[in-house]
Amino acid sequence: PPAHSHSDWIGPPDKHSNLRPVIFYVPPEESALERRLREARQEAQASNQRFWARHNRAFRQEKEEFIYSRLKAKGLEMRDESGQKATLNAEEMADFYKDFLSKNFKKHLQYNRDWYKRNFRITFLMGQVALVRALRWLRWRKKNVEQ
Amino acid sequence: GLFVWRLRSTGEPQMACRFVHLYHVANNRLITFQYFNFLKRMYVTQCNKDLSQQAKPKSDSIVSPFHELPQLDQEKKVVHKISPVSPVHQSGSETSSRNELREMKSAAETEDSVVPVGAESKEDRQWKEMKLQLDDLPGILARLSKIKLTALVVSTTSAGFAMAPVPFELACFLLASLGTGLASCAANSINQFFEVPFDSNMNRTKNRPLVRGQISPLLAVCFAASCGIPGIALLTLGVNPLTGALGAFNIFLYTCCYTPLKRMSIANTWVGAVVGAIPPMMGWTAATGSLDAGALLLGGILYSWQFPHFNALSWGLREDYSRGGYCMMSVTHPGLCRRVALRHCVALIGLSALAPVLGITTWTFPVISLPINLYISYLGFRFYRDADRSSSRRLFFCSLWHLPMLLLVMFTCKKSVLEKEDEGNLPRGGHETAVEMRLP
Repeated sequence: PPAHSHSDWIGPPDKHSNLRPVIFYVPPEESALERRLREARQEAQASNQRFWARHNRAFRQEKEEFIYSRLKAKGLEMRDESGQKATLNAEEMADFYKDFLSKNFKKHLQYNRDWYKRNFRITFLMGQVALVRALRWLRWRKKNVEQ
Repeated sequence: GLFVWRLRSTGEPQMACRFVHLYHVANNRLITFQYFNFLKRMYVTQCNKDLSQQAKPKSDSIVSPFHELPQLDQEKKVVHKISPVSPVHQSGSETSSRNELREMKSAAETEDSVVPVGAESKEDRQWKEMKLQLDDLPGILARLSKIKLTALVVSTTSAGFAMAPVPFELACFLLASLGTGLASCAANSINQFFEVPFDSNMNRTKNRPLVRGQISPLLAVCFAASCGIPGIALLTLGVNPLTGALGAFNIFLYTCCYTPLKRMSIANTWVGAVVGAIPPMMGWTAATGSLDAGALLLGGILYSWQFPHFNALSWGLREDYSRGGYCMMSVTHPGLCRRVALRHCVALIGLSALAPVLGITTWTFPVISLPINLYISYLGFRFYRDADRSSSRRLFFCSLWHLPMLLLVMFTCKKSVLEKEDEGNLPRGGHETAVEMRLP
């Protein structure tokens, strides 16, 4: 993002977590409230990134392992004659999906709780910041009108 | 798909060089064909998530087909951009013209923000300023509120209103539709607000406004409040308190029960089915002011319909659900998933037969609707037995036309108010019958 910009910039989805990273703009006269908001957003972004990157990597890895073990049980190789990667059909993969979901169930419950808490807190802070800014602008307007 | 082909056939300018013309046409065809395939894939994957969230703040289920197809507009832009390129390129030798065309083509492509092939990739790879663009706002809000889904919800409400055995009042009808639409927008926006990281990880939903940072969460919540509060107020004060209460309850059910429940238990599907069943009941209560058997029957029909619709859809999204942490029957209890879908297809036959018993329609309704109900039950049975992608897709696509057709047939078989009065009530005065207005 350009150096002179006064707003946040959001980028393309991350390869591992599929989340879009945000670069936050730090205004020179950032109030304490605004700093709290920015830090909350940065912290949430980092935490989300960690969770999803790890989770997706685990998914991919376990999926590979599952395919490999199933193919081996069937007596096939990972790649067939034409060099194409061998895959299992949807019904065979269904066992893996079910397993994966139940294994990660507790992890997801914990993450959901965290995410909802963080989301509410950030949105509430945004509301506070917006309110303060609006009041400030109104006061500035009043001062200008009086002059 | 049809849209794409039509665009392609318009505006093929005259080419001086035949070879270049062929090259141009072939390129166009390739792009649109790939785009068409891309659309097809998106279609199937998209419908489900939103539907599966059965979310429909009110009746989600119906929406699927057009739900969230963001690339269509961009495709149009691209095609229009390509045509101006060709006329410029005229004479010269074959090789030089070929090169020119290639250059211009690539220039045109880089000009466009979106290239149809791998549609979002170019746009996606850029960093975007997180500033609210006012001209984009209507589109952003439309996507935030899932406007097409909302439209379908409103149409089921209208169906409920139309089926009520009372004289048609236009003002009441419009107020009820508007109120329901606003409530639906609010519920959908809150749903998206809650689900940002999960939507980012699923193919169907990764282009939502909050995921892409086109709008801030604060604005999403404010928009939801500014739709929901007037919507419910409109229903409560402008229609009747019962409808308002149902609307508020439905918003609560969708945002606070269904959305979190999706990640906790498969019970979310049943809750979502109720969410879908309430709008027609709201239409009925808006017209009559009371929740009688007819309302419950209509709700029951929508409720049963949700299951074949959603279960079939979710069958193809198991990978995304598993990775995203969504508890859906198709992943955890596949046998149950198919059984429930079949069960409810058959239930639709029974419910249709109940309609004349309750005096909502004439006896012709179960007879005329029997073929389509039998057909969807047959597809439900095939899905139950085969449990594969093709049977699930066939069942899903059938459900898409089955519901509108069923509602239409129901309306045409509606028992006229006049008939009911003749049947034994004291005959009302002449002015009463004059007031009754059948919808066309």
